[in-house]
Amino acid sequence: MNAMTDTLKPATVAKTTMTTIPTAHLNLPNDRWRPLEIVFWLLPIAAYFAFPGYLVLISQIMIIGLFALSLDLILGYAGIVSLGHAAFFGLGAYTAGLLAVHGWGEPLSGLLAGAVVAGIFGFIVSFLVVRGQDLTRLMVTLGICLMLHEAANKASWLTGGVDGLSGMMVGNLFGRFEFDLNGTVAFWYSFAVLFILFVVLRRLVKSPFGLSLIGIREGVRRMPSLGVNVNRRLIAIYTVSAVIAGVAGGLLAQTTQFVGLDSLGFPRSAELLIMLVLGGTGRLYGALIGAAVFMVAQDYISGLNPAYWQFYIGLLLALIVLFARGGILGGLEKLAAGFKSKKEAA
Amino acid sequence: MSTVGTDITLRTEGLSKRWGAFLANSDVSLTFKPGARHALIGPNGAGKTTFINLLTGSFMPSSGKVFLGGEDITELPQHERVHRGMTRTFQLNTLFAGMTVLESVALAISERRGLQSVWYKTVANHPDVIDEAMALLATLKLSDQANSITRSMAYGKQRLVEIALALATKPRILLLDEPAAGIPSAESRELFEVLANLPRDVTVLFIEHDMGLVFRFADRITVMVGGKVLTEGTPEEIAADPRVKEVYLGEAEHA
Repeated sequence: MNAMTDTLKPATVAKTTMTTIPTAHLNLPNDRWRPLEIVFWLLPIAAYFAFPGYLVLISQIMIIGLFALSLDLILGYAGIVSLGHAAFFGLGAYTAGLLAVHGWGEPLSGLLAGAVVAGIFGFIVSFLVVRGQDLTRLMVTLGICLMLHEAANKASWLTGGVDGLSGMMVGNLFGRFEFDLNGTVAFWYSFAVLFILFVVLRRLVKSPFGLSLIGIREGVRRMPSLGVNVNRRLIAIYTVSAVIAGVAGGLLAQTTQFVGLDSLGFPRSAELLIMLVLGGTGRLYGALIGAAVFMVAQDYISGLNPAYWQFYIGLLLALIVLFARGGILGGLEKLAAGFKSKKEAA
Repeated sequence: MSTVGTDITLRTEGLSKRWGAFLANSDVSLTFKPGARHALIGPNGAGKTTFINLLTGSFMPSSGKVFLGGEDITELPQHERVHRGMTRTFQLNTLFAGMTVLESVALAISERRGLQSVWYKTVANHPDVIDEAMALLATLKLSDQANSITRSMAYGKQRLVEIALALATKPRILLLDEPAAGIPSAESRELFEVLANLPRDVTVLFIEHDMGLVFRFADRITVMVGGKVLTEGTPEEIAADPRVKEVYLGEAEHA
């Protein structure tokens, strides 16, 4: 991408001669692309060719990964806990789904509509969420999610209730590419949306705005003394997060041509939290890795033993929380740092 | 950013703070002229920190008013007062534990410059913010710690970060709550040197227990006892005031 424009320009070195640390070695949030990241983004493409029979699963991993990213924005960066994030996912899914059922099948505008509806709802909800502390926030988000779930259940004339919303007629992507049964178009559609939004969010969390979110997480009491209106900042990121969750929901609806009640249920919210903690919060990539590990494990273990797969997920989560704080990615980072310092010592 | 005029006189009128039956501040009316180096002294529990909290808006007063340049700011939220040029440091370090020193200062500078809505450009891609941050760290002899994580630093260095964050907002009124508490006296003298070099029109109100520093640095001293203002005057007047001696000697006897 634009890695070069974001590295520090050598011109700034000369101006700050009073420091003994060269400006190029000052660690500030930047979005240079590291080699490992490029490898990471080649993985889904490799998987596309290596596992053509699993395109549906891979697409869903990417969609849920996008959903986990949305939670990472508020939890990992701004430190807002949520047990009801499926509310926005479900709103996006139902919006895109209902549009497609009622004759508006164009996918991109459907996705945009899902994002807008989820964003507006997120903006309204954010005023309740920013008021409280952790426990209040857990309960408020949980309550809103349960209310929406029940509303969708009761409004079966609109949503199909427990049977789910079916009969979606999703149009061709760009008017050309038909969503096929193999899931080829769904795969590339999901991949493109995920990647584009990831690049945007990656920039956002490294910006002054993103730094202020980390500031809120690391020292909320100091922020007002720097002139920061903390609540407004939280409302902004909560709304962005809801938008992203809405896009993820809309993507799932369009690529599976179905919306179930579970898309805004509590279990989906809780699973999302598990994925994020599993992968590691506050890193963006942790959300994607957590979603991938969770869903592959779910697919694989439930194939071996359908009744007890959650046991192993639970075990993995407990081990991660106990022994690798910061999730899988945090654990790997620590291992890498340890390896590096050993190498330097030798 | 700051929309204040030239008059930055800070003034309180009958400021009181009550928690149940306890009166932490009682009828405090003080005026701080632009450019003053004003010390707030008094025994522990005199209500000095409470007074600062009332000035910054951390606490709402039970009664009384705060004026800044003629404007009644009593109801204004904390961050708005910072936009008007008034900020503070904390007696107990109130920092960004997991962030580096440079990140913390860059955050403060970005906020002052109104960059909070910039989400499309990285922090590293703001060279003027970085230059300003490094220049500020240099004045506090923190350049070498720029990349250090705040929580891993020595306590004395963290006190300097406290100051750096406040200075990064380019205050016109700076409220310092025991800036040198807990650091060796040589370092605290250095710290006050930095404060002495602030632009002359910056008003500094500071709480300090080291009388040597107070009398060297202040041009105005207010003595508080039991939530009330005991007296106010020049350092010479305060040094000669028998009531002040009594307060401090009385405290010494109990110690």
